Amino acid sequence: MLDVSIRKRLNHFELDVSFQAHNEIIVLAGSSGAGKTSILQAIAGLTEPDSGIITLNGKSFFSGKKNSLPARSRNIGYLFQDYALFPHMTVERNIYYGLHKQTTATTGFIIEQLLTVLGISHLLDKYPHQISGGEKQRVALARALATEPDLLLLDEPLSALDEETREECQDELLRLHELWKIPFLIVTHSRSEAEKLGDRVLHLKKGLLVNESRGTMKETLVH
Amino acid sequence: MNLSPLLLSVKVAVISTAIVFVLGVFLAHLFSKRQFFGKSIFESLFLLPLVLPPTVVGFGLLILFGKKGWIGSWLLETFDIQIVFTWTAAVIASVVVSFPLMYQSAAAAFDSLDNKLGDAARTMGASEWRVFRTITFPLAWPGLLAGLVLSFARGLGEFGATLMLAGYIPGKTDTIPMAIYFAVEAGKMEKATFWVVIITALGFSTILWLNWWSKRNLRRFASEKR
Repeated sequence: MLDVSIRKRLNHFELDVSFQAHNEIIVLAGSSGAGKTSILQAIAGLTEPDSGIITLNGKSFFSGKKNSLPARSRNIGYLFQDYALFPHMTVERNIYYGLHKQTTATTGFIIEQLLTVLGISHLLDKYPHQISGGEKQRVALARALATEPDLLLLDEPLSALDEETREECQDELLRLHELWKIPFLIVTHSRSEAEKLGDRVLHLKKGLLVNESRGTMKETLVH
Repeated sequence: MNLSPLLLSVKVAVISTAIVFVLGVFLAHLFSKRQFFGKSIFESLFLLPLVLPPTVVGFGLLILFGKKGWIGSWLLETFDIQIVFTWTAAVIASVVVSFPLMYQSAAAAFDSLDNKLGDAARTMGASEWRVFRTITFPLAWPGLLAGLVLSFARGLGEFGATLMLAGYIPGKTDTIPMAIYFAVEAGKMEKATFWVVIITALGFSTILWLNWWSKRNLRRFASEKR
């Protein structure tokens, strides 16, 4: 379980949020500049809150400025808004970047499964600039999940895609969540996407959680 | 014709470029994307040799490394090492005048990198050293190489500060620019012309190669952006 309760002074307002997440999909919704990305960065350890606590499955990530676990030790998957694929590495090296040199049979199996589910096995030798936006998104997902994270953070994962690819990728995310059974935390400003993907949707306004709703469309899609 | 000026010039330029590369990359990486009190003062100090007359740089180096200088007297007393009038002095002069070129290129290269790439590596468990080795350094390499080549060319042509600190001792501290100056002074125009042609050819081919190489890289990056 993910437990977040943080405060952080941002440029124009103070971020002050508390929420918990079980193995479900939580959507952080709100207009741009509401502090959504700052929450993801604080959970990942890429920025430090001013105060508060962050724990995942009983492991403390942050409990004050002096008790902060570095990002590399948190075992979190992070999908960046523009994917942040390493431009000088092939798709294969991107996906294997976070794995230790000796890949065990289990990790090998997991990566095979990821490549098959996401349909990107044929792209391994390509460089990021040689593949399409939708393919980049899938490669970045595979890379984020390859390290077998305990939590997946997704920052506007579908905003750069065209309508058709976006719908495909939404279904893919739901399928992956069914397989993976870890908390997914998705940032989006699209209301329809929030409703389609989220078990719960947290609405954020100027750094505060103003409302919580349940994803209305998800039940009918998955079952 | 005695070719020792050519060998000495290349030796001095290679060694000083190696020092400047390590120092410039280290400091530029340390300073990049960090804001702290006094940063612009440090950076202005780093770039100062670019705007000062070489004689002023040489004067400063004499104050430091001369026999009675702060560092020079200590080296002489403790290790019995003399810096002035040796080829080591020529290396020190080259390091100081070419450092700004390396620092500027490296700082620009590091600043232009996307922070997210390093962050992505960190979330995948990479240590800071691994981020530098596998992400920052390879992606900044075109800019670092430009700095490397410019520093080499600058080191090869260094004259003023070298003359102040290393002097002109034939066979010992006579780099090509020195040889040219003292050949002209002695009226040996033929000898001077020979060295002028050599150093012009060296400088020209260095810049030609750098331009060709960076254009090729620009094209590659442009196609990546698509």
